[in-house]
Amino acid sequence: MRPDIVRVLQPIVIIAVSLVVVWLLLGGTQQFMNFLTLGAIYALIALGYTMVYGIIELINFAHGDLFMFGAFVAMWILTVPLGMTGAVDNPLQLTVILVVVMLPTMIVMGLLGTFIERFAYRPLRHAPRLAPLITAIGVSFILQNVIYSVFGPSPVNVPQVFPLTRFEFLGGRVSFLSLFMVAIAVFLMVLLQLFVGRTRLGRAMRSTAQDREAAELMGVDINQTIAITFFIAAALAGAGGTIQGLYFGSVQFNLGFFVGLKAFTAAVLGGIGNTTGAALGGFVIAFIEVFATQLGYSRWSEVAVFTVLILVLVFRPSGILGQQLGERA
Amino acid sequence: MSEAAAPVTTVAPMVAPHGEVLLKLTDVHTYYGHIHALQGISIDVRAGEIVTLIGANGAGKTTTLKTVSGLLHPRTGRVTFEGRDISKTPAHTLVRQGIGHAPEGRRVFSRLTVLENLQMGAFTRSQAEMKEDLEHVYDLFPRLKERVSQGGGSLSGGEQQMLAIGRALMARPRVLLLDEPSLGLSPILVQQIFSIIQEINARGTTILLVEQNALQALTIAHRGYVLQTGSVVLSGSASEMRENEMVRKAYLGEI
Ligand SMILES: Nc1ncnc2c1ncn2[C@@H]1O[C@H](COP(=O)(O)OP(=O)(O)O)[C@@H](O)[C@H]1O
Ligand SMILES: [Mg+2]
Repeated sequence: MRPDIVRVLQPIVIIAVSLVVVWLLLGGTQQFMNFLTLGAIYALIALGYTMVYGIIELINFAHGDLFMFGAFVAMWILTVPLGMTGAVDNPLQLTVILVVVMLPTMIVMGLLGTFIERFAYRPLRHAPRLAPLITAIGVSFILQNVIYSVFGPSPVNVPQVFPLTRFEFLGGRVSFLSLFMVAIAVFLMVLLQLFVGRTRLGRAMRSTAQDREAAELMGVDINQTIAITFFIAAALAGAGGTIQGLYFGSVQFNLGFFVGLKAFTAAVLGGIGNTTGAALGGFVIAFIEVFATQLGYSRWSEVAVFTVLILVLVFRPSGILGQQLGERA
Repeated sequence: MSEAAAPVTTVAPMVAPHGEVLLKLTDVHTYYGHIHALQGISIDVRAGEIVTLIGANGAGKTTTLKTVSGLLHPRTGRVTFEGRDISKTPAHTLVRQGIGHAPEGRRVFSRLTVLENLQMGAFTRSQAEMKEDLEHVYDLFPRLKERVSQGGGSLSGGEQQMLAIGRALMARPRVLLLDEPSLGLSPILVQQIFSIIQEINARGTTILLVEQNALQALTIAHRGYVLQTGSVVLSGSASEMRENEMVRKAYLGEI
């Protein structure tokens, strides 16, 4: 079956070639790893925007703040119950710590996401579209202010549990931290694709996104499906927050705004509603940002990212890959 | 090619089955906001029957089906299924209780494959049961088997209707609600869909059929109801209704 081989190989080749081109453009391994880590964070958040939009057509403006909240939850788990202060050298111990931080963070955030959906968005499901949108902005303020009042306005340090050891790779130095984080992010994204594409609940999600009433006639509990979608979206934001804290070493209450906007841009770029597109968009945005820095225009990187947002909205509102999860473009 | 192959049965059934009342609507009033769409509808469907609802556009046929399947709920009046009051039961629960609904306009999931659409139909069932039912549906609609991995949106209108009916059958409903299954199909396909409906009924599924194509519907149905602006204005056995002057004038196109 030649067409099958082509279908499998084509994306692999495209990805490999793009990665090499990006590596060359970014002038080597150092910036490349930066790009990958940042891209992974944006992709994880963008997936949440796109999934929620796909299923209830809401741009969840609070999603960036869920990411910020997740970063604080992870920081808190590391600092208080685990009492971490410095690097952990034993790789096995380090892995256990990461699991103990990331998994509960994802679960807590998932529950928070479903809670928000249940009490802030569900009552407005049949209201005019502006109502939930404004509510989302309100939820965003609430999340920021909760963190602000507990942890204060200044950046809070995240214990650096990863040893600073780096190894040489293609002429640059790579930290285990970024490798590990990228690997986790990619793992989660593959898991998500399998869930959405291959499982019974994933099918129910896609059906609900396309035609809610028809899905209901199949026996799908719409409320439950939407709740699951919010759980997954928020859990992925929690994973992104954990990575953010560990990678950058500190977290701040207003972190969600800019990162959220960039991830939103990524989702729009990839075609809002399209999960593959969101992941791809995350890496494209990260590339633009790192490349601008590389060229010496780091202060312009945000301008570049938001210029992309405007250009996409004007010239190709359905994004690079178009809509996939839902039906309406 | 297989579209024309199915046998076309046009002989009306002589005797209506006299099973127990499976589905009962009693003085049902359904609203869309302020719009009073169903104004006191009472309908009985007995186990084993094909019952058809006919009536002009906007008469309330679709609203009646939606009120039965739980997409809408009556403001007053009762819907009972196998003796249980289901007036307030949500649609997704009623599927499990045995009510299948192939809605108006087919509503196939266009971005899911044919197989995935059928799997969605079996959402309430176990994996093992699904395998068996898939064969059953492919048996009725060989066309679908040839198209399993194609997107639902890429099917022709007739194939989409087959998929919509097949999908509803995957839940093994005891009563199947069909909303204008012949709409937009070529005459040959219309014949084929009607004979398949008869076959589904012969295999034991009770059917409540909404049709614009009144002559065809009254040919395969045991009994019928005529709806007009949200009320039942006439009911009776299918043969009686075909003879009825009002029906002949208004719905069978006779002058
Ligand atoms: N979603 C809706 N909102 C408001 N009114 C509706 C809606 N759907 C149907 N109606 C009204 O309810 C009445 C019955 O419609 P319907 O049940 O679709 O008729 P039929 O299926 O017999 O053509 C019509 O007057 C129609 O305009
Ligand atoms: Mg109708």
